[in-house]
Amino acid sequence: MSGRFITWLPRLGIYVVGLVLSLFVLAPLYVITLAAFSSEEDVYAYPKELLPRDLSTETLSFFLNFAGMTDALWRSVFVALITLAISLVIGTPAGYAIARFSFRGADTVRLSVVATRAFPIVILSIPLAVIFIRWGIDDTIQGVAIAHTALALPFVVLTTASVFANVPAELEEAAQTLGCSRAGAFVRVALPLALPGLAASAIFVFIISWNEVFAASLLTLQNRTLPAEVLSLLEGAPLNFRFAGGFLLLAPSVIVILIIRRYLFTMWGRVVR
Amino acid sequence: MATVAQPVTLGRRLRRWEGLPYALILPTVAYLGLFFAWPMVQAFELAFRIEGDWTLSPFRSMFNDTNFNQALTFTLLLVVVIVPLQFVLALVMALIANAKIRGRGLFLAIFILPLAISDLAAGLVWQTILTERGYLNTFLTKVGIIDQDYIWLDPTKPNNLLIAVVVAEIWRSTAFVMVIFLAGLQGIPHEYTEAAEVFGAGFFQRVRRIILPMLKPAIQVALLFRIIFAFEAFAVIIAITGRAKTTLATEAWRWQAEYFDSHIAAAYSALILVLSLVSAGLVLFLFRTPRAQMMR
Repeated sequence: MSGRFITWLPRLGIYVVGLVLSLFVLAPLYVITLAAFSSEEDVYAYPKELLPRDLSTETLSFFLNFAGMTDALWRSVFVALITLAISLVIGTPAGYAIARFSFRGADTVRLSVVATRAFPIVILSIPLAVIFIRWGIDDTIQGVAIAHTALALPFVVLTTASVFANVPAELEEAAQTLGCSRAGAFVRVALPLALPGLAASAIFVFIISWNEVFAASLLTLQNRTLPAEVLSLLEGAPLNFRFAGGFLLLAPSVIVILIIRRYLFTMWGRVVR
Repeated sequence: MATVAQPVTLGRRLRRWEGLPYALILPTVAYLGLFFAWPMVQAFELAFRIEGDWTLSPFRSMFNDTNFNQALTFTLLLVVVIVPLQFVLALVMALIANAKIRGRGLFLAIFILPLAISDLAAGLVWQTILTERGYLNTFLTKVGIIDQDYIWLDPTKPNNLLIAVVVAEIWRSTAFVMVIFLAGLQGIPHEYTEAAEVFGAGFFQRVRRIILPMLKPAIQVALLFRIIFAFEAFAVIIAITGRAKTTLATEAWRWQAEYFDSHIAAAYSALILVLSLVSAGLVLFLFRTPRAQMMR
C-alpha cells in the first residue's frame, strides 16, 4: 500500500521535533558565546547584533582584569585538582572492591554511597563552615577541596565501580594464572583497560568542583573560587561582567561533555540500574 | 616471568586475604564518616541546640521569618512545575536519540551538551537572553513580533520570574534525566515494541503500554535525583531574580553568609532534608513493585 508514505511521515516528525529541541539547547549556548565575545560598545548596544560580526575579547578581558578575578580562577582550578586527586585516590579502590568482590555488606556500602546523594551539599556546608572555623581552615582552598571531595567521592565510587564492572574479571584471573600477582594483574591488565573510563570519571569530578558554588561561598570570604566570586559580585554587576562570567563558568563544562560523552553511559550504567 | 614455586609474597597473601575488599573500602568509609556523616549530625545539633541547650527556637525564628512562606512556596512550586515538564521533554529527547533514524547520534550529542552546566552559569545565560535590552527582545524586534521591549524579568510579575527560572532549569537539567531515560530505553528488547507494532499498536500506544511501564525503574531513579536536586535550587534563583525571589536554599545561604546565624541556616537546611527524604520516600512508595509482578 502506501507503506513508503507511512514510514517517512513520522520520520519527518521526529526530525522536526529533534530540530526544535536542538535549537532550544544550542541557542542559549550561542547567545552567551556571542555576548562574551562582543565589544564593550556591542554589550550595551540595543537592539543587539545577532550574528558574530564584530568579535572582540574586550568583554572577557574586562572580566579577567576585574580585581582578584584571575586569582579566583586559579583557586578554582587548584580546588578542582585537589578534589580530583583525593577523591580518585580514595574512591577508586572502593569502586574496584564493589565491582570485583562479593563480600558481606557490599550492598549496604553501595546503597549508603547512593544514599549520600539524598543529603545535599546545602546541609553539609553549614556545619562544615562552623567546624572549619574551629579547625582554622576557614577561608582556605583546602577547606573547599575537603567539602568538594565529600561531594565527589560517592560519585567516584559509583562510576569507577561501573567502569571496572565493564572490564572482564576473567582477564585479571588469566593474568594471575600466568604468574601475575593480584596487584600485578590489576596494574597490568585491569587498570589499562579501565583507564579511559577512569579518566572520564576524573574529568567529571573536576567539573563537579568547578561548578560548586554553595559550599564554596560559605566556606570562604577572601579566598573565593570563581563561581563564589562571581556570585558575591553579582548584585548590581554590569552586563559585560555577567556575559563574560556566564561564558567562563559554562565553557569548561560544555567542552568536557564533548570530550567524555563516549564514556558517559559506561560511567552511569551502574548508577542508573 | 612465571615462577614455578612461588614464595609467599605480599601479592600471594593479598590474593587470598578475605579482608581485602574491606581494606579497599575503608578510606572511603572513613572519609565519608568524617566529612559527611559527622557534619550531618552537627547540622542537626546546630538546628536544635544553642550553647548547650536543646531548643526549637531556630525553627521558631525560621517559621516567623518574613521570607519563609515565600521561600517554601516558591521552592515547592519550582519542583512541581519543573519536574513533570522536563520529564516529558527528556522522554521525547531520549526517544529521538534512540529512534532508528540517521543523525540520532548528532541529536544525542546536542541534547547532552548542558549535562555539566552549573545552575549559576545557566542563570547567567538566561539572564543574558531575558534581560530587558537582551537577546530575546532583540530577536523578537528584528523578526517583527514586538515593537516595544517587553520586560521579561519584571519583579512585579512573580509569574514571569517563575517561568524564567523554570525555563533555565529545564534547559540545564533535562539532559540528566534524558541520559537516565536513554539508558533505560536501550534496555528494552526490540522484540517487545516490534511485536506490539505487528499487532497494530500505534506510536502513542506503544509508548503508553510498553515503553513507559518498562521505563519505570529509570523514571524512579530520575525522579529521586531530580526532586532532591530541585529542592536545592539556589544560584539560578539569585542570578535570574536577584533578591526578588527566594527559595529554602537561598534563605539557608543568606542566614549563614549574610546574617551569620548558623542555627537558623541549619534549620532551613534541615527542612530541605526533611522535604527531600519525604518526597524520596513518596517516590519509592508510589513506584513500589507489587509482589505478584516481582515473581515474574
